[in-house]
Amino acid sequence: MNDNQISISANKLTKRFGDFIATNEITFDVKQGEIFGFLGANGAGKTTAMRMLCGLSKPSSGEAIVAGFDVYKQTEEIKKNIGYMSQKFSLYEDLTILENIRFFGGIYGLSNIQLKEKSENLIADLGLGDQIKKLVGELPLGWKQKLSFSVAILHNPKIVFLDEPTGGVDPVTRRQFWDLIYAAADSGMTIFVTTHYMDEAEYCNRISIMVDGKIEALDSPANLKKQYKAASMDDVFYQLARGAKRGE
Amino acid sequence: MEEWRKVPLETTRQKDLNKMDKGMGVACRDLTKTYNKDSVLAVDAVSFSVEKKELFGLIGPDGAGKTSIFRMLTTLLLPDSGNATVDDLDIVTDYKTIRSKVGYMPGKFSLYQDLTVEENLQFFATLFNTTITENYDLIKDIYVQIEPFKTRRAGKLSGGMKQKLALCCALIHKPTVLFLDEPTTGVDVVSRKEFWEMLKKLKDQGITILVSTPYMDEATLCDRIALIQSGKIMSIDTPQNIINAFPQNLYAIKSTDIYQLLKDVRMSEDVYSCFAFGEYLHLTFKNEVSESENKLENFLIEKNHKELEIKLIKPTIEDCFIRLSS
Repeated sequence: MNDNQISISANKLTKRFGDFIATNEITFDVKQGEIFGFLGANGAGKTTAMRMLCGLSKPSSGEAIVAGFDVYKQTEEIKKNIGYMSQKFSLYEDLTILENIRFFGGIYGLSNIQLKEKSENLIADLGLGDQIKKLVGELPLGWKQKLSFSVAILHNPKIVFLDEPTGGVDPVTRRQFWDLIYAAADSGMTIFVTTHYMDEAEYCNRISIMVDGKIEALDSPANLKKQYKAASMDDVFYQLARGAKRGE
Repeated sequence: MEEWRKVPLETTRQKDLNKMDKGMGVACRDLTKTYNKDSVLAVDAVSFSVEKKELFGLIGPDGAGKTSIFRMLTTLLLPDSGNATVDDLDIVTDYKTIRSKVGYMPGKFSLYQDLTVEENLQFFATLFNTTITENYDLIKDIYVQIEPFKTRRAGKLSGGMKQKLALCCALIHKPTVLFLDEPTTGVDVVSRKEFWEMLKKLKDQGITILVSTPYMDEATLCDRIALIQSGKIMSIDTPQNIINAFPQNLYAIKSTDIYQLLKDVRMSEDVYSCFAFGEYLHLTFKNEVSESENKLENFLIEKNHKELEIKLIKPTIEDCFIRLSS
């Protein structure tokens, strides 16, 4: 982690839908190479905040700089410099592994030579050598998610946004997935991740917890546990989110 | 033709059924289901029994076969082979009776999105020849939480409220057995806690409950659990007995650089398994001798790990699951 380099910086970032304030003046910095856990109850405003940071939704007020670009004016540059994956948006199930890699690599503007080299490395790293001609739809969920992550960072983005990447995945594959995350962070990539698994919150360098549109807590897991006199992150989350008014 | 093949099918079936455990809420033996012309084995000879008034959990990841088991037990899907009974009724021949007696909450929200909360509940009550008032006692605790929104369309409810309404609809005809397929998936910690408290209350009212979940931490809230992966049951017992059966000493370890620690511990030749677990790594040794711990500690100090902490711990269900599946 590079303490001096700020990767994401949000200042009073707000999104209103009519009278409803989905994301309410959130302020935080994420350092380069940091694994930042973005937690909150259902409906707390996480997805809205993430969409603004990815350049997909224009904020109502406040500021944010992502990978050095402004979320109001430079949304195209932001999209080129980030990776994104979620449990829902994954790869094309009716394309093969190799076709998916070529497709997404092509979209991100990788040259043929880069594509060839990247896909060879990726397939070797994931141990998918004998399966490259398989349709993605035939892979088990855990494999899909690992492949989907690798494809999301194919273009070497500065930041990768992960929206509940491990939902429903078995415990062994979930951990292999985190091995990939650790390795990416180790290489200097910033990881911005949401999860419902509280043990995964512990893998993050720092986490924020959103309640009803606001960030109510932000610190390292160890400090948060100390601050809330809690034995586990589960406990911290429960104490904070219990008072939430909003559903989903 | 061989002699046994001449026995009429129905008789064979009856014989097999006679072998089933009697007096159970749910019983299945060698239940098997394949898809895509036998190419996908979704449920592989699964056998287990759920006692009456028991809260039984099927614990496993996506693709383990949980939903296929639920669909067979609720008579929505025919097994390829094997038998199962619900309240001693055969899932193949007595499907009509079973359907009138059980409650089923599928993993995917399946109520009418364009009917209101109250209309949905009324609809399901009518289907089962009953009224909301007749069994109101059973759903009261849950329904009062969504009653303020009873004129709202189901499609406009929050996730937590949808889940409560679905549970009310599954309960409105006072079922003897309740099937809940991943009721807490994608739901935050607070709503999950509330939901399990509701299940405890229903169990106290004498309902048999079969519930599935991918969250291992919810396993301890069940009377008994089956750990399931790739269509096969790996273990069935009380959560405590499954934990007690963990065959090795389990250690938790941490230092200031947890990722480097993971890489270094895995390099040590004395370590049998090591994986991340919350703020610690969990590990087991190949040889359960006291030197192993000291040897590893020295090895890691040499590797410059700071604030090293290692301690013997009790396994969780997730540790047991990982152990059984790898």
